[in-house]
Amino acid sequence: MDVVIIGAGVVGAACAYYASRSGLSVAVVDRGPVVGGTTGAGEGNLLVSDKEAGPELDLALLSGRLWQELSAELPRPIEYEPKGGLVVAPDETTLKALRHFAEGQRAAGVVATETEALHDLEPHLAPGLAGGFHYPQDAQVQPALAAAHLLKASGATLYLGEEVTGLLLDKNMVKGVRTSRRTLRAPAVVNASGTWAGRIAELAGTALPVLPRRGFVLVTEPLPRLIRHKVYAADYIADVASDSASLQSSAVVEGTPSGPVLIGALHHRPAPPRRPSGGPLPGPGGHPRHAHLPRLPPLPPGPPPGHRPGPPGPRPPPRLRPRGRRHRPGPRHGPTDRGGPHGNRTPARPHSLPAGPLHPMTPPPAPPARNRPARATARTPTPRGAP
Amino acid sequence: MRSPRELVGGSPAATYPIAFDGRELPAQEGQTIAAVLWAAGILSWRTTRDGGAPRGAFCGIGACYDCLVTVNGRPNQRACLVPARPGDTVTTQEGTGHADLAV
Repeated sequence: MDVVIIGAGVVGAACAYYASRSGLSVAVVDRGPVVGGTTGAGEGNLLVSDKEAGPELDLALLSGRLWQELSAELPRPIEYEPKGGLVVAPDETTLKALRHFAEGQRAAGVVATETEALHDLEPHLAPGLAGGFHYPQDAQVQPALAAAHLLKASGATLYLGEEVTGLLLDKNMVKGVRTSRRTLRAPAVVNASGTWAGRIAELAGTALPVLPRRGFVLVTEPLPRLIRHKVYAADYIADVASDSASLQSSAVVEGTPSGPVLIGALHHRPAPPRRPSGGPLPGPGGHPRHAHLPRLPPLPPGPPPGHRPGPPGPRPPPRLRPRGRRHRPGPRHGPTDRGGPHGNRTPARPHSLPAGPLHPMTPPPAPPARNRPARATARTPTPRGAP
Repeated sequence: MRSPRELVGGSPAATYPIAFDGRELPAQEGQTIAAVLWAAGILSWRTTRDGGAPRGAFCGIGACYDCLVTVNGRPNQRACLVPARPGDTVTTQEGTGHADLAV
């Protein structure tokens, strides 16, 4: 054994794939199933548009190229879609801020085109928007499919349902892991446990400032191809980058190959336990603002949340929002953009996946009472699709 | 053959008409839309998004989402859960039922 990877999410899967392609023998350990955490709850965005120039953007650009290769290399489709992003600004002030933001990104190698013909790109956009930027390098994959196929192609040995209980330490070097069932020795151990990476780091006697952050994505019933790009309002960039603990919402809307439209984005920290939550969401009408796409049908409140990892602590000064606004933006960290546990597109087929259960879907809302379903309950639109 | 209602000693409830694709069908209080359609011998009331294959009730308990139908203009209602109400207009749903939204 050359490498032990802790975590069977998309990061662990990618590490396993590339390590094994380099000729190393790999084992992957996860306390749950394949894609049982953030990967299974996210929507698989591969974005450059929301990152300011810096190391994270450089990584995103490299990652974008690698995903393009992977989509051709992997034996089964992973719903890779180079659909591009469209960031819209409601007014001149925001547009000016976007221009400044895009300038920095261009210097780092991002293609960002200012466009006034917004409706040629997205016919359903609201009238009266000041302008926007098109980012052709933004793409998307089905994250559960992508991680599962990477793991399968890696040929790594999987130990699922086994929690890492300790690390084998030898003179401050990590030499392997102890799980609830076995000991795995290897000269290299990769901590790819995402949201819970801080706990693994503690086992090695070191501190890694990663905290769970809760995210929401609403998943509609299947709709005709209504949205072509990832379309979002400029304040999303400030929201994902924010280290504020309060709940933030900004409009992010995108279609998927199998029909459901994903609507976000809400970010919240600290994250309460992951479970379906009731209550209405902030924003007019109790759902996230998607004022820039008025034709989307209204949505029921109360989506269940997912977790994504994020760092605590002070951030660099804001770039996009003027000072004194409600959030303090900073760099965004984490393997996925947001969580939303409905899974989002074509459910993965178990026979094509590595051993162990795969749970990208959570159960639909509780069924109404027997015999006499209440009218209101029975007629609530459901986010689930039908074949 | 005894009907389920006879087995539990139930008596007939009030009946009223609902509309299905321009026809009038008799509904009884408490019946779901799927039950009304089945009682009238109608087994299919939706076509799939890919390929337009016919669909009707499959699980009958709200789990499979195969029985989706348009009720009073609103698509994607589960026929096996939604009670038939007086004056309801039920129409066959084609694909997503949202063809009006297509670009």
